[in-house]
Amino acid sequence: MNASPIKPLAMRDAMLDRIWRAMAADEKIFFTCADFGSPVLDKIRADFPGRFVNVGIAEQNLINVSAGLALEGYTVFAYAIAPFITMRCYEQVRVSLALLSEVRPMNVNLIGVGAGYSYVVSGPTHQCYEDITLMRAMPNMRVLSPADHVSAAALFDRCIEVSGPKYLRFDAQVLPVIYTSGAPDASLGFHVHRRGQSIVLLATGYMLHTAIKVAQLLATEAVDVGVIDIIELNHCNGDRLQAELAPYAGIVSLEEGFPGRGGMDAMLFDFMACRGLSGKLLNIGVGGGYRFELGTRAELHEQVGIGPQAVLAKVRNFAAGLVV
Amino acid sequence: MKSDLVDLRQKAHWVWRETLAVHRRAPETRLASSLSSIEIFVALYYGGVVRFDPANPRAESRDRCIISKGHGSICMYPILADLGFFPMEELQHVCEAGSFLGGIPDPVIPGYETVNGSLGHGLGVAAGVALGLKRKGSDHNVFVVAGDGELHEGANWEAIMFANQHKLDNLHLIVDDNRISMLGYTDDIVSHGPLAARLSAFGWDCLEVDGHDVMAVQSALLRQKDQAECRPKALIARTLKGHGVPGLENAPLSHIMNPKPELIDSLLEQQP
Repeated sequence: MNASPIKPLAMRDAMLDRIWRAMAADEKIFFTCADFGSPVLDKIRADFPGRFVNVGIAEQNLINVSAGLALEGYTVFAYAIAPFITMRCYEQVRVSLALLSEVRPMNVNLIGVGAGYSYVVSGPTHQCYEDITLMRAMPNMRVLSPADHVSAAALFDRCIEVSGPKYLRFDAQVLPVIYTSGAPDASLGFHVHRRGQSIVLLATGYMLHTAIKVAQLLATEAVDVGVIDIIELNHCNGDRLQAELAPYAGIVSLEEGFPGRGGMDAMLFDFMACRGLSGKLLNIGVGGGYRFELGTRAELHEQVGIGPQAVLAKVRNFAAGLVV
Repeated sequence: MKSDLVDLRQKAHWVWRETLAVHRRAPETRLASSLSSIEIFVALYYGGVVRFDPANPRAESRDRCIISKGHGSICMYPILADLGFFPMEELQHVCEAGSFLGGIPDPVIPGYETVNGSLGHGLGVAAGVALGLKRKGSDHNVFVVAGDGELHEGANWEAIMFANQHKLDNLHLIVDDNRISMLGYTDDIVSHGPLAARLSAFGWDCLEVDGHDVMAVQSALLRQKDQAECRPKALIARTLKGHGVPGLENAPLSHIMNPKPELIDSLLEQQP
């Protein structure tokens, strides 16, 4: 990873700081949470007690109360741990946000913290491998998955500009800064980090860091692979993405979720089929189902087949089987 | 509002007849749970309780009425048509292709606020609306009509605690307490016990009333509306599922029973 002049922050703190600043000027922003904090959240609680509400450990009510506030014209940011804000209250999200927003204008932004393995030692209750699948199943739910705090904070503008229900999938850990030169254009839905010869790695969230590392390792072997950050799942500039993918014979999806279960890999399979792209796709995700082993995130990733060494081996094999 | 001069008992009977007629044409609709809530809705909409504007159903100046027991509110179709939310002619086409009046009402219907039918969502959304209204400095009220069976959904109790915590005295829960869900009496399934006492213990102002005495329902709603005691308000309306229809009334499986068309015709002829 390149050394960064920008001090890395937690995604949530970078986003909450944007929200806190905006709340001072915009009285229509409301913040709700399910008893989940952060240092920056303390500023929101202290400075805007009338537009901050902690519903307690009650994610179903978090969603319904947020929906009600949105019906009264508030732009709502609802904040909780990722598996709980997606799965504990899935039907509330479906009925009170996805369905209702088809009829009535609403802007509710769900911020889920704890994507993938980012709650490393907390085990599978707090880890989150299914959320992309579940949230992208709702056709009007925008799913936004940043890879560092710079791109996470920039999604605030997207939340304000684009109405409707959204799910922001945040890592719980402080990750190195990738976007050292400024945030990517989120309206595109993806960002090209490097272009390669025959293979491109498409990754989202934390896995972008892995993809960049793998690309660097392969470069030492004179294998030049491209890397694309998938920032938004469900919506992207399809023509531009097609143009980026068309030259490649092999396309590799990398996600901290179960492969073949409707996640980012399904999005790419579907996109390639609909667009008539002929590249071969390899989907890399969390293998082996639910696990309870303890370890560092790097160790866990290698165990389930998504660590840099595991990905490197899979991409080498994949490259060997491609007819270029 | 033209409601002040309306004879509420006559109007309730008219709505009962019209609800039967709608069900006669569209047997896919849930009749029994609609018949238990007629006097509740008549009191709300004709009794000077809910402020509304049929010409502008989403007017900022309206009270918000969230009908959580969605499928059990087919009686709202004739009420909304009668009040001018949409033409009476639409009642002839309930559940037909192209109609906006379905077996379970949705907010595409003028006068409906939220997505209903999946039970247990209305109260939480209403709590958010009530909080939003307070934060905006609005004096408007939020009414939620829910069934007692629906209160088995735990999300309601999250909202009940929340409403008390935030002193949402602009929030009114009206429970259509017909004591029957789909497969029988709620007391035999999971009993709510003394529901009013339970809600009171959660900090709510509670009244109980004969839910088929429309004047008593109106009186209780108006009394609670005038109170500002920093407590959310609940009205437990004791009702009978399938009210007024022999064989259906208070039958444990009334939710999934359809009276024969001949019986409906006979009732409509007997009780003009």
